[in-house]
Formats: sequence, structure tokens, C-alpha cells
Amino acid sequence: MQRIGDAPAARRALITAAVLLAALFLLLPLAAIFAQAFSQGVGVFWHNISDRYTLAAIGLTLFIAVLTIPICLVFGVALAWLVTRFDFPGRRLLQTLIDIPFAVSPVVAGLIYLLLYGRNGWIGGWFDAHDIQLMFAWPGILMVTVFVTSPFVARELIPLMQAQGSREEEAAVTLGAPGWTIFRRVTLPNIRWALLYGVVLTNARAVGEFGAVSVVSGAIRGQTMTLPLHLEQLYQDYNAVGAFASAALLALIALFTLAAKAGLEWRTARQEVTQ
Amino acid sequence: MTLDLRFSRSLLALALGAGLAAPAAAADRELLNSSYDIARELFAAINPEFIAHWQESEGEEIAIQQSHGGSSAQARAILQGLRADVVTYNQVTDVQVLADDGLVAEDWQQQLPNNASPYYSTTAFLVRKGNPKGIESWDDLNDEGVEIVFPNPKTSGNGRYTYLAAWGFADHQFDGDEARIQDFMDDFLDNVVVFDTGGRGATTSFIERGIGDVLISFESEVNNIRGEYGSDDYEVIVPPVSILAEFPVAVVEPNTERNGTEELARAYVEYLYSEEAQRQLAGFNYRVHDESVAKEFADQFPETELLRVEEVFGGWDEAMETHFSSGGQLDQLQRR
Amino acid sequence: MSSLALRLPRRRVLPGFGLSLGISLTFVSLVLLLPMTGLVGQLKGLSLAEYWAIISDARVVASYTVTIGAAAVAALANAVFGLLLAWVLVRYDFPGKRLLDALMDLPFALPTAVAGITLATLYAGNGWVGGLIEPLGLKVAYTWVGIALAMAFTSIPFVVRTVQPVLEDLPHEVDEAAMSLGASDATGFRRVILPYLWPALVTGTGLAFVRSLGEFGAIIFIAGNAPFETEITALMIFVKLQEYDYAGASAIASVVLAVSLALLLAINIWQGHFIKRLHGGRG
Repeated sequence: MQRIGDAPAARRALITAAVLLAALFLLLPLAAIFAQAFSQGVGVFWHNISDRYTLAAIGLTLFIAVLTIPICLVFGVALAWLVTRFDFPGRRLLQTLIDIPFAVSPVVAGLIYLLLYGRNGWIGGWFDAHDIQLMFAWPGILMVTVFVTSPFVARELIPLMQAQGSREEEAAVTLGAPGWTIFRRVTLPNIRWALLYGVVLTNARAVGEFGAVSVVSGAIRGQTMTLPLHLEQLYQDYNAVGAFASAALLALIALFTLAAKAGLEWRTARQEVTQ
Repeated sequence: MTLDLRFSRSLLALALGAGLAAPAAAADRELLNSSYDIARELFAAINPEFIAHWQESEGEEIAIQQSHGGSSAQARAILQGLRADVVTYNQVTDVQVLADDGLVAEDWQQQLPNNASPYYSTTAFLVRKGNPKGIESWDDLNDEGVEIVFPNPKTSGNGRYTYLAAWGFADHQFDGDEARIQDFMDDFLDNVVVFDTGGRGATTSFIERGIGDVLISFESEVNNIRGEYGSDDYEVIVPPVSILAEFPVAVVEPNTERNGTEELARAYVEYLYSEEAQRQLAGFNYRVHDESVAKEFADQFPETELLRVEEVFGGWDEAMETHFSSGGQLDQLQRR
Repeated sequence: MSSLALRLPRRRVLPGFGLSLGISLTFVSLVLLLPMTGLVGQLKGLSLAEYWAIISDARVVASYTVTIGAAAVAALANAVFGLLLAWVLVRYDFPGKRLLDALMDLPFALPTAVAGITLATLYAGNGWVGGLIEPLGLKVAYTWVGIALAMAFTSIPFVVRTVQPVLEDLPHEVDEAAMSLGASDATGFRRVILPYLWPALVTGTGLAFVRSLGEFGAIIFIAGNAPFETEITALMIFVKLQEYDYAGASAIASVVLAVSLALLLAINIWQGHFIKRLHGGRG
């Protein structure tokens, strides 16, 4: 059937324009990262990646991501369950509050954590007196990472769970199923792809966060440097090739994220068709 | 700190397999040196020497950790609880902030020779091959069409030195005639094409992006850049009048007490005055006080009249207040 | 969409209210709200006059102009570009479509620091793109165009991903109605389809705009940071931090925060009326 814009000329012109723009605007920067990283050959790239500080940065970055995901997952699921399955005063407000991390500039996010949990902060002072270090160590990096990534899972789940409604769960309740079983057997199968999608987004952001982490990291080489911070230091050290080698690693993670996301969307689409 | 690391490492091993664990520190005691961001290569060269020296004299194996960043961001981290044992900065004010908070001894500048500054430098120019714009001194920078690159004095200590050096030169030239100094500074700031947030960013703009006719930075830095990017493409110009840039060091006493590193930290900052360390510093194009080393490297460092911040501006506190505070001289000049 | 609200149960038949409320409230108060008290604590140290002096300082005001101006240009450019991409992705089939679709999320997935150094490298006078366009008199790096470009890059997915689902759900009858009127493609699009799309388009553009207001990492490398010309507000906050002026930094941050939150709230209410599903977040 003929629809608006289906005339061959319009079609060709629009597709060409879109592809060209996307190539220039999105693909070219991606290509530039890898071109820079390999500009001195694979050997130099490998040398940069296997540097002991780079390895430490990769380790810390993955470690933070691995800890961040379950925390955001539990919060996201609990919040989504709460606001889509129950009606209570303040529901809208709660939904808007989880957007705070989107409205706060990451550097400011780092700062507010530093002011609260740093040596001069009212909580940080107590920890300092008890010789527990939060800021400038991995717990501080984890805290700000959780802050900036906290909305992703919830934001993926809420629209979906809202659209699906709670009839199936209610039916399960009348059949006498216990709460945990309902969640595991009824809810989870319906939301698993959205959940995974939320995890993928959380992971991408957790791995790449720069502004907030840079404030609370303390930048101790080999100890509290995440990969994006390490990249910036290399860049500052006139080691552009080394910086782009780290950038290429992060870009690879980004590409993996995109692939995982595309795959998940495809599964979701298929799920919808079969239902 | 050790608890953090051990915990993080065991979790890491659990989560990712042992392959990616952070590099192991075999040593018993660790020293954390909080430093400015262009000193990474410098301390990467000095630290192994000190570790060997300590092993030899005390028979103890130690490790030294480095933290680098913008000097004031680094001091802020220590104020907020970064457990650095020693600081090696490029700004007197950033150590003073720590002293005001009781983290560094009140008389820190008297505790070590030369105002606790084991080495010094000045502000110099890096120009492109053949010096096409004929830049020899500060007044040449104000010529029409000269494009200047240096970091933002608001965010960078390096940028503050450049600003103060230019002011000091004008003060010298015009005999303190405020109106003429301000006109001079106005022209000077007008010729700036990029204000990067830090020294290294400015270098990237000048070298990698090919922006500007002259990069202004520490003498040590411009020499290192020239060494890094080819002595054929760039020339270093040390102006006949410039400013004395001190690189103060201090021990962060409450932290060393907590870490049990008091005498180690003291030995580390004192080591920077030793002949070996001074030779290394000179190798990185810093000017040093050790007479025999200074003589050895004399032809690397052209004679130049070095103005002191204390003499021209009445001290750092006053310079900061008059020039760099909100609504200060710099803000007013940039508003014109 | 109002039927959604009706489908919510009025009685609490489902289990887990206490548990999910407990987890959510604990998390929201500890992770999101408690740190905000730090910001408020800093602001309390300022008198109203001091607060006003900081946020109305000429240089800071100039940075608002630069930031808002560049963000507006970036958002508008993204509205056009995003609409085009969403349209092509929904309406046409062509080789590489899945790839193009996946590529749309790149700016979210790519760390901003990586985007920053890459864009600066590409668009500088000696970069791949800069080397081509600077001889033509087009300067991007170190001008506000560069700022707008970095903002556009980091926020393009908001528009595409907001418009896409709405366009997918557009009934065939809408097209038919337009075509039966004998209108040309352009008129039909403008008169019939655009009215359906514009709520989503406004939402996506709004989200892109909010995102651009707070962006720092991607912009700072390409901005040039010349006072009154290419300084963004996020840099002003950074400058205050360098001066140990936490109160000043908090004051400027509070302005950005208030504007962003107000816009987000407006968008949330707006989207509540029109749009089912929003992909989103900062990259």
C-alpha cells in the first residue's frame, strides 16, 4: 500500500541523506578512535593495553561495574514493582525523584558525595575517625557510579510493567501462589528482556562514567584510576596513541553494548509476535 | 587502604578470575605522593632511585604510589581525606591551603631549604620553527596577529604564573604605571586564542591541533615538549625578564602519623635536595639549587632576571586576592 | 493512555508492597536525597545577596547564554536530523538498516570523555574533518559551533528513540486520509503526520536540551574556553571548585539543577500524556 514518502525519488533521497548524516556524525568518530589507536601498529596498541596501569584500570572498571549492576537491579525492580503495582500518595513524586541523576551534572554529583562523605563532611568525619576510607578509594567510586546509573533499570521497567498491567499477577494471587513465586514465575518472564536491556545501559554508563568519578577518585595510579580516568591521564601525558588505545577498549565495550541491545530488541519483538 | 585493596582484590578475583587483579604491592610500607599533573614522568624516574636508596640505607623495601592532577584539585582531595603522605606541587598556595587546615606544619616553608622548594623554573615560550613572528620577549606577544596559547589562569597554576609574569614584565617596563600595565595586559589577553583548563591541554592545542604562534608554559615543560615533539620543529625562547616559579614540597603530618611513615616521608622530601635527585631534576629541565649540578647544566638554562611574586605582588595571598578572585583584576581585564 | 491509570489496582491485592516500598525509599533517601543535603548545606552559608551576586556575575551569565544558545541549536538540529533518521528507520527497508538502527545508541554507550577527545581530534584544523572545512572558512573546534556539535552528538538518541515508537504506531489510515485529499508528500507530511508526531518530537528535543545543559566531558576538549565567548556553565562550576569555592560552585550548580529538574518534570508530565515508552538516559 502506498504511504506518504513512498515515492521512489523521495525514498532514495531520504535514505541517502540519513545514511550520509549518520556516517559523518556517528560512524566517523568511531572510525577515528580505532584509526588513532592503531596508528602506530598492532604492536604498540598491544603494548599500551598490556601496560600494568592500564590493566589495573580495566580491573577496577570491571569491578565497579560488577558491583553496580546488582545494586541498581534490586532498586530498579523494587521501584518499578512499587509504582506500577500499587497506588499510593506520592507515587508521581517518587517517579520524578529517580530522574535526579539525569538533572545533576556529573561533576556536581561527585562534589556532593565528596562534601558529605569526605573528611570534612558530617558523615565522612565519622568514618574518618573510625579509620574507614570511603572517598578516594573504591567504595567512593562505587557510590557515585550507583548514583549516576540508578535510573536506568527502573526507567526501562516502569513503562513496560505499566503497559502489561497486573492481571496475571492478581490471578496468581487468587490461586494462592506466594509472592516470590509470583514474581519469579509470572512477572520475570514478562520483563526479562527489558530487565537485561536496563542492565546493558547501566553497565555502559558504569564503565564510562568520568565526571563524577574524577572528583572522588584521588587519581592514585594503579589503585583508584578507572579506565576513562586513565585515558584522560594518558592523553595529558602526550601519549595520544595510548589514550586512544584505552578509548578503543571503551568503544569496544560500547559496540558490545549496542550489539547486545539490538539482540535484545530483536528477542522482544519476536516475543511480542509469538504472544 | 590495605583493607580496601585486599577486599577489592579478592572480590575482583571472585568476579573476574585472577587474571585482572590490580598489580600487587609486595612492599611493607607505602608512600603516597600527591603531585601536579605534569610531573608524572619526573617522579616515575625519581621514585625507583629513592626506593633503591632507602633499601640500601635502611634495608627496607618500600613502594611509592603516585597521584597526579590539577594542583588545586589535588590539594582539595587531601583536605577531603586523601591519605597522601607527601605533596609536591607547583603552587605555593596549594600547600598553604593544607597548612591553614592544620594538615601541614605552619612553618613548612622554613622546614626545608629554599622555601621548601627543591627545584624551580620560570615561564618561557615555545614558538614554531624559525620563530616566524620574531618573539623574543613579553612585548612581542602583544603585536597584532600574534596568537597566544596558555592555560586558563582561573583553573591552572601554570596559567597564573604566565599571567603574573606578563604583569611583572609590564610593571618592570612601565615602572608601575597602573593604566599602562592594564593596557598592556588587555592587549596580551586579547591575543589568547584558546584557554585550556590545564597545561597539558594547552600543549595539545598548540602541538597536536596546530593552534597559535606561541605556547607559554614552564621552561621545564616547553623544553620537555620540544624534546618530545622534535627539536627541529620548535624553538624555546626564554624571555630576558620572567617570573620565579617555585615547586614547594611538604609532609602531610597527620597522614604520615596515621600511616606510620613519618621518617620515610621526611626522608623522601629531603632526598629531592640530594645531588642524585637534583641531577635527575635538571635532566627534566628544572632549574636546581645544588651548585655542582647547576654548573654542569648551566648552558641549558639561559640567564634571565627572575621576578619574585613576593616582591612584585606582595605575596601569593595578595596576588590571588587582587588578580584571580571573582571580580578581581583578571575578571575586569577580560570584561573590557 | 489514561486507560493505563485505570488498570492500576485500587486495592493492594498483590504482595510485596512493604518490601518494595522499603527498598525504594531507603535507596531514594540514601543515594539520591541525602547527598543533596550537602548541596543545600553549602548554599545555607550564603546570604541571598551573595547567592544572587554569584549567579548573576557577568561571566557566569555569559556562560548561560553560550550554554543555552548552543544547547538550543543542538536540540533544534537534532529535531530535524532525529526526525529524518527515525522516519527512515521506521518507513523504509534497505540494506544496513539494522546496523543504522543499532548505531543510533552509540552516543549513549560511548563514554563522554572518549567522545570529547575524538570530536576534538576530528574537527581541529589538522583533523580529518577540520582539515577539509577550515580552508572553506568554517571553524568548528574552539568556537561555539564545536560546543553545539558535541552537545548534538551526545543527545541525538533522545530524539530518535522518542519519535521512533510513535511513528511505528502511526495508523495506515492517517497516510490514506492525507493521500486521498490529493495532497503532495510534503503537504501531507506537514498537515497530517507532523501533528501526530510533534508531541514526541517536542519531548525528545526537550530531553536532548536538558542533557546538553549539564554536559561537561564531551564539550570541554572542543570548546576553547575563551571567557565570555566559549565558556559553558559546567566549566564555571569547575572553575569555582578549583578556587576551593564550594559555595559558589554549589550556587551555580543549583541554578542548572533547578532548570534541569523543572524541564524534566515538565517533560515527564507531557510524556505522561503522549508517550508510552521512552528509552533514555545520559550516555
